[in-house]
Amino acid sequence: MDRLRRSLLTVGLTLVLGLSAATAPASAEPSAIVVASTTSTEQSGLFKYLLPIFHEKTGIDVKVVALGTGQALDAARRGDADVVLVHDRPAEDAFVAQGFAKARRDVMYNDFVLVGPVSDPARIRGVGVREAFAKLAAAKAPFVSRGDRSGTHSAELRSWKEAGVDLASARGDWYRDVGQGMGPALNTASALGAYILADRGTWLAFKNRGDLTILVQGDPRLFNPYGVMLVNPERHASVKVKEGQAFVDWLVSPEGQNAIASYKIGGEQLFFPNAHAPGTR
Amino acid sequence: MSAAPLIRLDDIGLSLDGRRILDRLRLEIAAGGVTALIGPNGAGKSVTLRVIDGLLRPDSGVVRVASRRRAFVFQRPALIRASAAANVALALKALPRRERAARVAEALARVGLAHRSRDAATRFSGGEQQRLALARAWAMRPDLLLLDEPTASLDPAATEIVEELLGAMARAGTTVVLVSHNLGQVARLAGTVLVLAAGRVVEQGPPRRILSSPRTPEARAYLAGELPWTVFAEAS
Amino acid sequence: MPILHETLSRLWTLDRDVLAIAWLSLRVSLTAVSIGLLLGIPLGALFAVARFPGRGALTGLLNAFMGLPPVIVGLVLYLVLSRSGPLGSLGLLFTPSAMIAAQATLATPLVAALTRQVVADAQVHLGEQLRSLGLSAPRQAGILIYDVRFSLVTAALAAFGRAISEIGAVLVVGGNIDGHTRTMTTAISLETQKGDLSLALALGLVLMSLVVVVNAAAALLRGHAARAYG
Repeated sequence: MDRLRRSLLTVGLTLVLGLSAATAPASAEPSAIVVASTTSTEQSGLFKYLLPIFHEKTGIDVKVVALGTGQALDAARRGDADVVLVHDRPAEDAFVAQGFAKARRDVMYNDFVLVGPVSDPARIRGVGVREAFAKLAAAKAPFVSRGDRSGTHSAELRSWKEAGVDLASARGDWYRDVGQGMGPALNTASALGAYILADRGTWLAFKNRGDLTILVQGDPRLFNPYGVMLVNPERHASVKVKEGQAFVDWLVSPEGQNAIASYKIGGEQLFFPNAHAPGTR
Repeated sequence: MSAAPLIRLDDIGLSLDGRRILDRLRLEIAAGGVTALIGPNGAGKSVTLRVIDGLLRPDSGVVRVASRRRAFVFQRPALIRASAAANVALALKALPRRERAARVAEALARVGLAHRSRDAATRFSGGEQQRLALARAWAMRPDLLLLDEPTASLDPAATEIVEELLGAMARAGTTVVLVSHNLGQVARLAGTVLVLAAGRVVEQGPPRRILSSPRTPEARAYLAGELPWTVFAEAS
Repeated sequence: MPILHETLSRLWTLDRDVLAIAWLSLRVSLTAVSIGLLLGIPLGALFAVARFPGRGALTGLLNAFMGLPPVIVGLVLYLVLSRSGPLGSLGLLFTPSAMIAAQATLATPLVAALTRQVVADAQVHLGEQLRSLGLSAPRQAGILIYDVRFSLVTAALAAFGRAISEIGAVLVVGGNIDGHTRTMTTAISLETQKGDLSLALALGLVLMSLVVVVNAAAALLRGHAARAYG
């Protein structure tokens, strides 16, 4: 009994110690920063393309946590990220105004596309954004909303407002609020044959399209700018200023901007660098 | 009884689940020899044994047991999934390793299981398991050995071996208290018999006298194989 | 079923990334289960052996904790490990250690509750004997644990199954960071979100194979040991 117990104990302890040893280095990386970003950037595959280039140059590891824009900013407010890269200008400005970041830098933009079934029952193909959203509400055509306080969700809510639709009174069965990321929302729209506002990057990388196709695009109102901010170290001492600033600086440098421009899916460019463009619009 | 008894129970009352099991029970057992507790099912024999060992605490009354070390052997040998040697060693954790090993070996040899010390105890036959339980008790060097129907589920051959071992332990100076329904066994082993009925001792004496001419109606009824309703009550 | 065919063909093209993800899942869940066993087995056995006031209520609570929702565990742990939380200075959020802590939190009550049950069953037969030997409660618990060790393999497997298949907790405290905290479940969820269902299914097959292999290994070990001392 003693012998068997000793051997069992040895096996158990070896397992625990061995595994925790194997796990430890990952948690104690000195030059790793956490970037809170959005599901759309993560799912477009942009980071998978950019980060190895950045790591090659600086040796800094970047860990991307993909959340909705609102959640990403909240995580940064709590001090759980060093850098945020999101796309909801009013929310970003509030973040800076509250002192959670000292400055916001333009990085790039992509655009939203209004996607819907090929049959287009609400007849919005090719019309402007305002008209399209007004028609959708009038036709009570099935529409899938992210409903997750993401940048895309904000853009959608803004679009209803600009189309003169009071969502609170207009919404009914046709309006499906899924409370999830871009991908699950697209999966839902694909299954329901519903309309949906999507960012172009995720749409291009999305594979389960079913009958969905782009119906409205190119309207300036669909412009989707991304901003990057280093979390203010005066609010959270844990922020890795040096490495975080290096990442921000690299993104807006000519080299980083070129890297962003060169990321393509199926020959199509997803993000357009605009760090040095005057203004954002 | 001139010398102070080894065991003395005074006015013991005990209820389990609202049922009165022991009712102002009194008994005295002197050191040395084999004492048998007999009586119908539900009379309180097993409970009395557990009160003596301290496994059950009575609701009222005084328990005085002057033994240094007690061992208890149950009807169903309680063995763990380990070797025979490990099962015997359970009782000897306080001893230094070498002395423990020696005691285990000696005890196993005593019950004729020395050659099986490394075998899995739970794979033993019923008789071997009970011998192993006796070896564990023996290894403790008890001055008081309590047994609750130790041979009830054994065949005659295994029963004979267990009885021989009990006799040997008693001759070596251990006080043995035995609950048994096997009246032949009681006659062979016991020097004193206590008859229990309805939670008290109703009669006490040497086995030959009790078994042949019981004086109380309860003892007479038990020995005549009566009181069937208590048997059913117990089984239900 | 074209998707089935596609899924199978994707299995051949799974690259080293997938191996790394599978390995992370395995080591996180195995470590969490080991911690769960180290804490849960003694805890469960003591619950069975020791008598103390409130034992019945605590046992009920323990059994209820078997069904602890992973998302809740993840959320609470997130708030605790967040830089603004009480243990924020440890810097554990979004690391494998945080995921281990989350899964260990899920595994421990499961192991404890199952241990309590099998030990209580063993006690029916052995309890009086052990008390009669005058052993202390911890010592009795130790012997009973040893006696039921083969049944505890089942508890360990149940805990492993719960740990490796949950996503709610690891997603929240791990953050699904590519190359750092992406596990099989969060990867499957991500690929599903990207609409790459055949890749998601292929990853699902890998995850199921992992579970089957671990279970088979445990069954072999148990069978081997039980043949000696069952």
